[in-house]
Amino acid sequence: MKHFTHLFNEIDETTKTSEKVAVMAEYFSTCSPSDGAWTVYLLTGRKLRQLVPTARLVGCALAQTNLPEWLFGESYDAVGDLAETIALLLPPPTSSSDVPLKEWVEERLMPLRAMTEEEQFTRLTSYWNELTMPERLVMNKIITGSFRVGVSQLLVVKALSKASGVDEATTAHRLMGDWKPTSDFFKGLFEADTTDADVSRPYPFYLAHPLEQEPEALGDIFEWLAEWKWDGIRSQLIRRSGETFIWSRGEELISERFPELVEASAFLPDGTVIDGEILGWAEGEVLPFSLLQKRITRKSISKKMLEEIPVAIMVYDILEFRGEDIRTKAMSERRQILTELLSPGALDAAPSCRGQLHPAFRVSPALLASSWPELAESRETSRELKVEGIMLKRANSAYGVGRRKGDWWKWKVNPFSIDAVLIYAQRGSGKRASLYTDYTFGVWSEGKLVPVAKAYSGLDDSEIRQVDDFIRKNTLEKFGPVRTVKPELVFEIAFEGIQKSSRHKSGVAVRFPRIARWRTDKPMEEADSLETLSALIDGEGGRQRES
Amino acid sequence: MASKLIYTTDRGLYCEAGDFYIDPWRPVERAVITHAHSDHARWGSRNYLCADPGAKVLRHRVGNEGEIQGVPYGQPVSINDTTVSFHPAGHILGSAQVRVERRGEVWAVSGDYKLDEDPTCAPWEPVNCHTFITESTFGLPIYTWSSNEDLFTDINTWWEKNKRDGKSSLLLAYALGKAQRLMMGVDTSIGPIYTHGAVATMNQIYDNSGVKLPRSTRLSTMPKGTKYAGALILAPPSAYGTPWQRQLNPVSAAFASGWMRVRGIRRRRSLDKGFPVSDHCDWPSLLKAVQLTGAENILVTHGYSQILVRYLRDQGLNADTLSTQFEGEESDGSSEVHE
Repeated sequence: MKHFTHLFNEIDETTKTSEKVAVMAEYFSTCSPSDGAWTVYLLTGRKLRQLVPTARLVGCALAQTNLPEWLFGESYDAVGDLAETIALLLPPPTSSSDVPLKEWVEERLMPLRAMTEEEQFTRLTSYWNELTMPERLVMNKIITGSFRVGVSQLLVVKALSKASGVDEATTAHRLMGDWKPTSDFFKGLFEADTTDADVSRPYPFYLAHPLEQEPEALGDIFEWLAEWKWDGIRSQLIRRSGETFIWSRGEELISERFPELVEASAFLPDGTVIDGEILGWAEGEVLPFSLLQKRITRKSISKKMLEEIPVAIMVYDILEFRGEDIRTKAMSERRQILTELLSPGALDAAPSCRGQLHPAFRVSPALLASSWPELAESRETSRELKVEGIMLKRANSAYGVGRRKGDWWKWKVNPFSIDAVLIYAQRGSGKRASLYTDYTFGVWSEGKLVPVAKAYSGLDDSEIRQVDDFIRKNTLEKFGPVRTVKPELVFEIAFEGIQKSSRHKSGVAVRFPRIARWRTDKPMEEADSLETLSALIDGEGGRQRES
Repeated sequence: MASKLIYTTDRGLYCEAGDFYIDPWRPVERAVITHAHSDHARWGSRNYLCADPGAKVLRHRVGNEGEIQGVPYGQPVSINDTTVSFHPAGHILGSAQVRVERRGEVWAVSGDYKLDEDPTCAPWEPVNCHTFITESTFGLPIYTWSSNEDLFTDINTWWEKNKRDGKSSLLLAYALGKAQRLMMGVDTSIGPIYTHGAVATMNQIYDNSGVKLPRSTRLSTMPKGTKYAGALILAPPSAYGTPWQRQLNPVSAAFASGWMRVRGIRRRRSLDKGFPVSDHCDWPSLLKAVQLTGAENILVTHGYSQILVRYLRDQGLNADTLSTQFEGEESDGSSEVHE
């Protein structure tokens, strides 16, 4: 625990990624494989289910501190993080220990879940008593399933690769999918032989960056491949050894949610991995994302749902062909292979997508344009086609790892925007745990403000502090963690799409809302109305954010 | 109201029987000052009375106008119908608790104070009183300070590590009091100490007041292009992230403040390192101080006042809040800097 806590603090106490990578690499080079496995598990954001219910954890802490419950509550309010609040309040330890992380997790913490309340109390008390404040923080965070530290998976990959000498792409690949934090797994990460055997293992997804400049800055349009940016579930479909696995970008195995795709994929030869977007698809058109969402949230998919919400996968890349990793081949070449595989003989043209092998497997059509303005014109039709805009991929680019900049760009249509009033606030999490940063915004309807969007990003640190200060001074009432705030502050909210919704009080649901800017110049009376918002549903132009 | 020995007016804490104000926030005829931090010592009053060791610091704070009279700790002074004396508060050089007595009734106004050891000022002494006015800047049980020994081990370790990595160590601390306390505690064998102008000015006054600080050099006297790798630089928090800081690169910055006890507060300032150290009482010290004064009535000012009041009442004490304009309210952006 000491070694791991030291690592946690070192990462936590620097804002420089190069230093974070260096301290992790140092750790991975010196730790035992079993501790290393759990470290990778925790640093890449994998979590154990909560091991002790929160109320019980708090009860045990209260018994240790002799503090009244209200004072614990006030302390929690100031700290904003339960695990940390407990760590700060406990009396100093009277002993110390240096038990390895693996033993802590597997032999001490995980068994807590099955214990009686009394046993849990005894164990927690004795564990806390042998740990320092930072170690207690780490322990509590593992117990509550809230362990988080400021490194991305990509940084962990870099550090592992630095420690092992195995290249980053292989390391990233080995961290994909389902694995158990065992010492064998960790040793496997250091294995120089890169022909790993796991048939279900996906490749790391390559991610695009938003295009923030004019596309002309990308140079010659003929060096780029353009296609629609589909609004679905980014997925990797793997066909190996006669089996099919579908992975979401969140590295969740979602094959069971899409049985018809699994069935239909039987035509693919073994050793095929394709990358695309799963869409709700009927009669040659994309269905609203909210329908597709039902397919993800349900555990079992009924026959009725299969009929009501048919899906297709819009494929745009191929990463493995005939059992060979072809990610380093040029995009244009991979696309050629893909087209031949999925729609032999078909011309790669137009949204109609003729001549496909299976109706559920569609090749995302290439958009042909001989100039950027011409492409920009196509992009204007995005909303009618229910796509989010255009993807630009460099024709000679390899399929990269993670979010490396430069080869893939998403050129989205400008978002919608409305001016809305801040009405509720909640505390954030992580770095912003002690600040009110999760906001709910309302627009006018019959003289009242109805909530239409929740957003928690878009302000800078100083604005966040100002808004936090306003919220604390202008709270009308507290309802659990939610504060009702005196309506006054107006924000411009940008969002990607809007749909009718029976689940929302306002009758509308917006997609990907975020704060575009703080309209300090606008009195709340001038915020938008629900009518304005509803009018956007029918695509009546609406007001698009000038970009 | 008028029956109380000391009460709040729009100019500050007022003692009617003595016709003087304690730490007034507007100019008055006679001001009795607990210590020279800007929220307690404001310019513009005609006469200032303070503890003797703090007279020079106070002069610097209020400028050339106004009479300043320093009184040794413990020496009673008669002011109208009252007897006033100053007793060490342990906060910064010359900081004092003001004891006010009228016909056997004793009040103590503690200003800002701490119980922990600090070689730059006289240690806090309990003042036996009927009514004790206490701050509550860190009036939550999450705030407990580690020993000076542990604190300086941490700071020295950080400094040495930065030295090994070829970096300078920028320690951000309040220029009056905190900076000097830190200078006295660090291991000067690690490397040279440099100071930002604001700290250097205060060091000079401490020196004139007889506090022997370790050797340091004012950064602005160094030739352009000087390398600071391995050095410790003391600067006020306001210097953080300014162009001034660039000359220290590569640098590791740390903020020395009681607020650094909470991870989130440090992280949202994007600071590498925080050292939880304060010249205010932590929670156990507040409770201990209240107990040692033997006071029947406790009035709680700036900080988590309502929380401390509620807790003291639960303990059977007669406690109430007293509203003032001293800083330290909540842990918002400004007070994180101005402890």
